[in-house]
Amino acid sequence: MAGQAVAVAVPPAVERQRGQWRLAFERFRAHRPALAGIAVIALLAFFVVAVPVLSPYDAESPKLLEIFEPPSLAHPMGTDSLGRDLATRILYGGRVSLAVGLLAVAVAITVGTLVGMTAGFYGGWVDTVLMRTVDLVYSIPSLFLLILLGVYFRGLSVAAIILVLGLLRWMTTARLVRAQFLSLKEREFVEAARCVGARDLRIIVRHLLPNSLAPIIVTATLGVAGAIIAESTLSFLGLGIQPPTPSWGNMLMDATQDMEMAPWTAIFPGFFIFVAVVSINFVGDGLRDALDPRHVVRKEQ
Amino acid sequence: MGRYVLRRLVQSVPLLLGISVIVFAILKAVPGGPLALYESTPGITDEDIRRLEHSFGLDQPLPVQYVTWLGKFVTGDWGYSLVQHQPVLSLILERLPNTLYLMGTVFVAVLILAIPIGTITAVRQYSLLDHAVTGATFAFLSTPTFWLGLLLIIVFGLDLRWLPLGGMATAGLPFDLGDRIRHLILPATTIALVQLGARVRYLRASMLETIGLDYMRTARAKGLAESAIVIRHALKNAAIPLVTIIALDIPELFIGALVTEQIFGWPGIGRLFWDAATRTDYPILMAVLAVSSALVILGNLIADVAYGYLDPRIRYA
Repeated sequence: MAGQAVAVAVPPAVERQRGQWRLAFERFRAHRPALAGIAVIALLAFFVVAVPVLSPYDAESPKLLEIFEPPSLAHPMGTDSLGRDLATRILYGGRVSLAVGLLAVAVAITVGTLVGMTAGFYGGWVDTVLMRTVDLVYSIPSLFLLILLGVYFRGLSVAAIILVLGLLRWMTTARLVRAQFLSLKEREFVEAARCVGARDLRIIVRHLLPNSLAPIIVTATLGVAGAIIAESTLSFLGLGIQPPTPSWGNMLMDATQDMEMAPWTAIFPGFFIFVAVVSINFVGDGLRDALDPRHVVRKEQ
Repeated sequence: MGRYVLRRLVQSVPLLLGISVIVFAILKAVPGGPLALYESTPGITDEDIRRLEHSFGLDQPLPVQYVTWLGKFVTGDWGYSLVQHQPVLSLILERLPNTLYLMGTVFVAVLILAIPIGTITAVRQYSLLDHAVTGATFAFLSTPTFWLGLLLIIVFGLDLRWLPLGGMATAGLPFDLGDRIRHLILPATTIALVQLGARVRYLRASMLETIGLDYMRTARAKGLAESAIVIRHALKNAAIPLVTIIALDIPELFIGALVTEQIFGWPGIGRLFWDAATRTDYPILMAVLAVSSALVILGNLIADVAYGYLDPRIRYA
């Protein structure tokens, strides 16, 4: 699957800015697993959005006469311990799990980019303080912190879960953006911008940030996969999204009680986490190959 | 080298102090305050609470409390569990062998499997085997550990009834090695499969990079046997980054795998932390957090030092 590497042509200097993104797009298009990943995610997104139209069932109210029905035509993934249609619940749960994953990464990337660019651009003691903070947060096992926050503020709201997941995952981005800024700010084009009188903010926003975008995009994509797993772990432990609102994680928590009688209640929700995470990882892999040509060259050796 | 190690050790001190402040803050952040557990005791009066506050030193200013706590912690006085009324240190030492037994098995198994698989897939790049293994590692990397654990329980525990569903040993049975091993298989496999994916990917990439280097061509030109080239020349260098990764895993040995321990009812450190968290038994929480964070820092230190030791191209200024 790593075989779709493409020879990297050196773009003519004139066309450099626009040309690089187009070349990246071409490389991405040749990465078949990534394309498959996008297709699967699009399909999943469609079903998750369209579930009220597609499914005749309610995701939350119990139907006690239809408990633990195995997969059939009426219930393609069976029903759970309260007689609710599992497929419907999985799709509604997908809304929560995907949205939480995306938004948590948005929080993480925003915080990480702000910290990283401040540290990288200003250097000195600002850099020292910020990067030692990153080291500090990195040193504490994040699952432990996640559990503590979950227990201390029992029954976290969805917004709070997003915030907590985001605030435990910003450090990678911060280190990455800082490294980019450190090397970019010494380059001639930044000096040139400074010579014509550009202020700090303009240099950061117009020159440094756009040139750091590629690694940010890659980390963000792979981060969504990680955040989906983190959310489902938290909900699986009973500390995340609270029932009756379904999420892939809390459905699996319920399933631990019912596995013996109704194994499908454990198999299907986890399968959807797996499919979503694999697809996103494929897209992230494809983006990395497309946006970082050096990475591909290394792979080819 | 010695000076580098010393400097890194000195640098970790502020980091450790920072962690101690965070851990101390966690105690202060207990909902309802550190004495919440006592306040719900029937028949307790405000007077009793005040006396408890005084005996725990909670009526003193925060910085004083912090310094007192830190002094005790450093000297090994980690306090008593609020729920089990035993010294925290002995509770941790009681669980530690269980976690080491599980994680140690995983650690060794993963290493034994990852090295040949990573090497072969790199040497036979783009072969059918390589594609199959790369696909499988990618899949395992994307699998949530707890789902994998549940699937293994369904298939091997509930369906085939080959292996026990959880625990470390059959209750009431005197020590029996076979029984112990049967209980170990499912939880160890769960963790190992996920870790194996990461290790194989890492070693394969590192191997591919090494194989492309000039000295490999020289070795071939000398007429060495292919197996000697791969093992003596390539693997030896490609494994250097693996050592780093292994060192970074040191805290894992202590932390264990909380979620896996939870699913399989494995009485390790992860479970200890979980039980303490749900009952806000904060002396245990603080100790486990502090030790695991310190181990993360130690792991980083060992990784850096080992890397410099094994790869002379790396120089420390």
